[in-house]
Amino acid sequence: MISLGFISAGSIQAGGAGGFDPLLPGLILLLPLLGFALNGALALVSGRRSADRVRNSIPEEDHTAGSVPLTHSLPTWIGPGVLLGAFVLTAINFVRLLGVELTEPVIRSYWSWMPTGTLSVDAAIQLDQLSMIMMMVITGVGFLIHVFSVGYMKEDPGYPRYFAYLNLFVFFMLVLVAGANFPVMFVGWEGVGLCSYLLIGFWFQDREKADAGKKAFIVNRVGDFGLLMAMFLLFATFGTLDYGAIFAAAPDTLLYGGGIVTAITLFLLLGAVGKSAQIPLYVWLPDAMAGPTPVSALIHAATMVTAGVYLVARASVLFALAPVSAAAVATIGALTALFAATIALKQYDIKKVLAYSTVSQLGFMFMGVGVGAYAAGVFHLMTHAFFKALLFLGAGAVIHSMHHALHSTHKDWDAQDMRNMGGLRRFMPITWITMWAATLAIAGIWPFAGFFSKDEIIWYVGTAGAFSGLYVVLWGIALAAAVLTAFYMTRMMIMTFHGPNRTGEPESRHLHEAPLNMTIPLGILAVLSVFGGWINVPGSVRESFFGGFGVLPMSDWLDRWLAPVTQSADAVRASQLGAYADVAPVGGGHVVWGAIATVMALVVVIVTARYFLSQPIQPAHEDGEPDRGIGKVLYNKWYVDELYDAIIVRPLIGVSRWCWRVIDRVLIDGTVNAVGSVSKGVGWFGSLFQTGQVNTYAFILALSALAVLGAFIF
Amino acid sequence: MELDFTSSADYLWAFLPEIVLSVSAMVVLLVGVFTEDRDPPAAGDPSPLGWVALVGILLAGLANGWLHGVETTGASSMVAMDGFRLFSNWLFLAGAGLTILLSFPYLSRQRLQIGEFYSLLMLATVGMMVMGGTRNLLLLFLAIETMSIAAYVLTAMNRRDRKSAEAGLKYFLLGAFSSAFLLYGIALVWGGTGSANLPEIAAAIQAGAAFSPLLIAGMALLAIGFAFKVAAVPFHMWTPDVYEGAPTPTTAFMAAAVKAASFVAFVRVFMEAFPALYESWYPVIWWLAALTMVIPNLIALSQSNVKRMLAYSSVAHGGYLLVALAAANETAMAGLLFYLLVYTVMNIGALAVVMIVSGHSEERMQVEDYGGFGWSQPLLATIFTIFLLSLAGFPGTGGFMAKIYLLQGAVESSLWTLAITLAVVTVISYYYYLRVAWYMWMRPAPVEGAHTRVWAPLPMRMGLVGSAAVIIYLGIFPSGLMEGARVAVGGFGRAVGGVLLGLGP
Repeated sequence: MISLGFISAGSIQAGGAGGFDPLLPGLILLLPLLGFALNGALALVSGRRSADRVRNSIPEEDHTAGSVPLTHSLPTWIGPGVLLGAFVLTAINFVRLLGVELTEPVIRSYWSWMPTGTLSVDAAIQLDQLSMIMMMVITGVGFLIHVFSVGYMKEDPGYPRYFAYLNLFVFFMLVLVAGANFPVMFVGWEGVGLCSYLLIGFWFQDREKADAGKKAFIVNRVGDFGLLMAMFLLFATFGTLDYGAIFAAAPDTLLYGGGIVTAITLFLLLGAVGKSAQIPLYVWLPDAMAGPTPVSALIHAATMVTAGVYLVARASVLFALAPVSAAAVATIGALTALFAATIALKQYDIKKVLAYSTVSQLGFMFMGVGVGAYAAGVFHLMTHAFFKALLFLGAGAVIHSMHHALHSTHKDWDAQDMRNMGGLRRFMPITWITMWAATLAIAGIWPFAGFFSKDEIIWYVGTAGAFSGLYVVLWGIALAAAVLTAFYMTRMMIMTFHGPNRTGEPESRHLHEAPLNMTIPLGILAVLSVFGGWINVPGSVRESFFGGFGVLPMSDWLDRWLAPVTQSADAVRASQLGAYADVAPVGGGHVVWGAIATVMALVVVIVTARYFLSQPIQPAHEDGEPDRGIGKVLYNKWYVDELYDAIIVRPLIGVSRWCWRVIDRVLIDGTVNAVGSVSKGVGWFGSLFQTGQVNTYAFILALSALAVLGAFIF
Repeated sequence: MELDFTSSADYLWAFLPEIVLSVSAMVVLLVGVFTEDRDPPAAGDPSPLGWVALVGILLAGLANGWLHGVETTGASSMVAMDGFRLFSNWLFLAGAGLTILLSFPYLSRQRLQIGEFYSLLMLATVGMMVMGGTRNLLLLFLAIETMSIAAYVLTAMNRRDRKSAEAGLKYFLLGAFSSAFLLYGIALVWGGTGSANLPEIAAAIQAGAAFSPLLIAGMALLAIGFAFKVAAVPFHMWTPDVYEGAPTPTTAFMAAAVKAASFVAFVRVFMEAFPALYESWYPVIWWLAALTMVIPNLIALSQSNVKRMLAYSSVAHGGYLLVALAAANETAMAGLLFYLLVYTVMNIGALAVVMIVSGHSEERMQVEDYGGFGWSQPLLATIFTIFLLSLAGFPGTGGFMAKIYLLQGAVESSLWTLAITLAVVTVISYYYYLRVAWYMWMRPAPVEGAHTRVWAPLPMRMGLVGSAAVIIYLGIFPSGLMEGARVAVGGFGRAVGGVLLGLGP
């Protein structure tokens, strides 16, 4: 990615005009779908065989030893293989696009999907700078996670089913970002929701995990309602649902800050909030950790949950026209960033920490796209995909190892509780090092990737303070959330990898580093987490001594790359609001605040590390839950689940019970059953004549013949 | 080639498919005599005779294909050379071929006389082809009897089974009864118009030269005879007993091909000879259609025997087809041909699966016996589900499009009541079709491992997969066949003078 950035800098400056002719763009989408079909077929075969085994009570085969059946060896190649193919194709197209100055998206229309009257929707995909960079992230990170999954899931009996779902997810995610109109995007939107549900509940025999899948699905329906409403309003206003037509017409058709555009964007925001797990709909994402850990990395960190950010960036011109909605986006993002970070402070489950961290980081992205820094939001989306995928995969490696260790002596400890870990760096050095790289990146320490993207968002929020005092407050919140991020991530690293080992002596002998097919993806993602931020080093930082990036041939590459996508939104903002102040609300330039932020983060990391290293940590069963003060509140996640349960879930269940008892059972069932009984009664009466006696039949025949004759003659 | 109907030798060419099939039937019979007793096939093995019979069907098909390109001069009083005949020939040959393909394991399992079975089946098909292809009422009667007598024997074929013999006798007695109506009707029509030739009858009526009391009475008796043959309520009483008692391949053949032939002849006689009397015959057809749609569907709801349920379902489908005759316009006629083809394929396919499930002693016919079938035989159960959905008229299947065309035809003739009735009873029929699917997929097997060993050799499986593919294909791309049917009816329409088509009450 970095090297590609270098190539582009020259060519864009050279201003190479000319057409961009994408190479087989449809195949990028079709390959994962093909993988789904093949793996799905294998999953059916394997499922049927294991059902036979259960029926005849033959124990599950142990795939670690001896021969591996084809249903388990083929997905190993098909699953990651199709992703590699898709990634290579995407990369080829990406490189081609680099050499072209593309102002209008390239649209490939495959067939007319809904040619009904006034509404005409094509099954079309759109290739432009935004969709290409999203596809690069999805196929690239997706491929690494597929490879990691081979090692992580190979002992699971549902292995082919797992890859079938994962391939299907990638297909729908590509449809989501490549769709050229809202309905196609919506197909992807719903499809990834479906795959998310299937994969969260992948181990559906476990009631709790199946319930987590349902929770994710149901909470997302609230958001989907918003998205559908937005689509209806868009169609009513523009008479089309194509991106190109809507976004081109929007600045002239819609009144700046008018009611319609505000309603449309608020509904879009509701959809984005659901999918991207923001307040108040974030509750499903922490529970979604019930799925296999690579799934959390791919769906619930790197790709699907960023769909909301993508949606706002895609519809940027609409949000630019609706300042109230844009402010709502930024406010929700800031509140979520801080709120989720506080919960992460007191979690003990390693995946829960990462889940709340993801919610918090998504809040940062929302802040970015909310204040009009669309490129910054997408930039953080990209770097976050690198380091959060790495953190999740690393956590997966840790859980994998812990699980083996605890399993070896049949200890019933929680393999995900950090209090049971400690000192793992001796056993898993590669995981340890790579996860530290990701931690420094997410903490925002220069020169790691996260520093540049997070710093850019915070900077833009601060400079937006010139427009409204609201953004000054949000800027303060963002800084606080960044500090908390450094704290909880360091706490997680120390509890997991440092200090004495707490697994117990016989167990610790079974702790081991992950195999190569798991550590290589970790390594690649670590490289990206370190250097990935360099594609968008701000000009001022690059030129400063502190930046030290004078050697880089370009600055603000991503900003310029996405400029064709966001230019109309930028134009609206510039004409309505004027330019951003290039100064923080309390004074000081970009470089100064960058330095302050990184020093602050560094200090927090060091202080936190020293604190937790000096603190004795007890294994989970000796420790118990925090029972007083703010610690208890944070441990219980501010009691939001309980609150929702009391004010939404229970009343709803009450109402639906009533509906079921009265409306459904008495009114509807009664009517339907009555119709059924009457029909059956008539049928029974009719069959009475069916005596089986030929003379009866002949008699009825003769009578009927007389009737027909009579009918003809009279 | 050009056929000249002034020379009687050319009549032989015009009947080439029928002649080829008759000769093949005799070959099968002869080969059967010399091979069967000496070398009975092991139970479950497909008999080589089946392949011989299939080759005969194929040759007849080739002859029929050749007829498509033939030009004619001169008027023929006996044989029609129109698209309607050729299309319906395809229908009967497909029905016969599918029945043969799907009956391979059944015949040897039940130890039936394979040679006789196949040759009778082919001779019945010859009768059907003449029924669809003749313009003369006397020849029509002979053709109906050729088909019927073969069908009586096919029904009673399983001599070891009391039910089969009983069904054969019932069918024979009531069939003879109805033949009498037909023959008497022909005599009266001849008395009224002075001709047994359909175009001449039409011309006589048109010219006002007919003696109407005799003609009307004759037409009524013909309607009664045909109503019996197509099993229209209230002339359907024989159907459930006969369909249930007959060997299952015979049931499939009768419910599909025999019914289709009766419909084709019914339509040809009434559309070609009595178009001018539409106003007087359509109310009777209207009532027959309404009764035939409603009553069997209601009775089928309370059936627990799947074979009997399918028998009532087949009667109900006859009701849908009568709607087309009542509408009598071009869309309805083309829809009728389309429906007959889809119906032949899906009904034979469904009964073939019933044949498989019922097992060696043919005991497993209850709907409970289908429990767990889906999960132990996913391929067969999926195919059966497709047939059931198509029979019910589920969107995406050929059965759906067929019903749509019939509805369109009814609406074009403003038969709103019939159209609404058709739609409503279709919804009712979902219950009894989907109940079987529900048992297959959602209920446990009645006995552990009930369906682990089923008797379905490769040719049969291929036939089933092919049939299901056709059903799905016609559900998604129906327009090709529908256009073909329209062209076929167009030829037929010209033969009746084009006055009738599009006419509505």
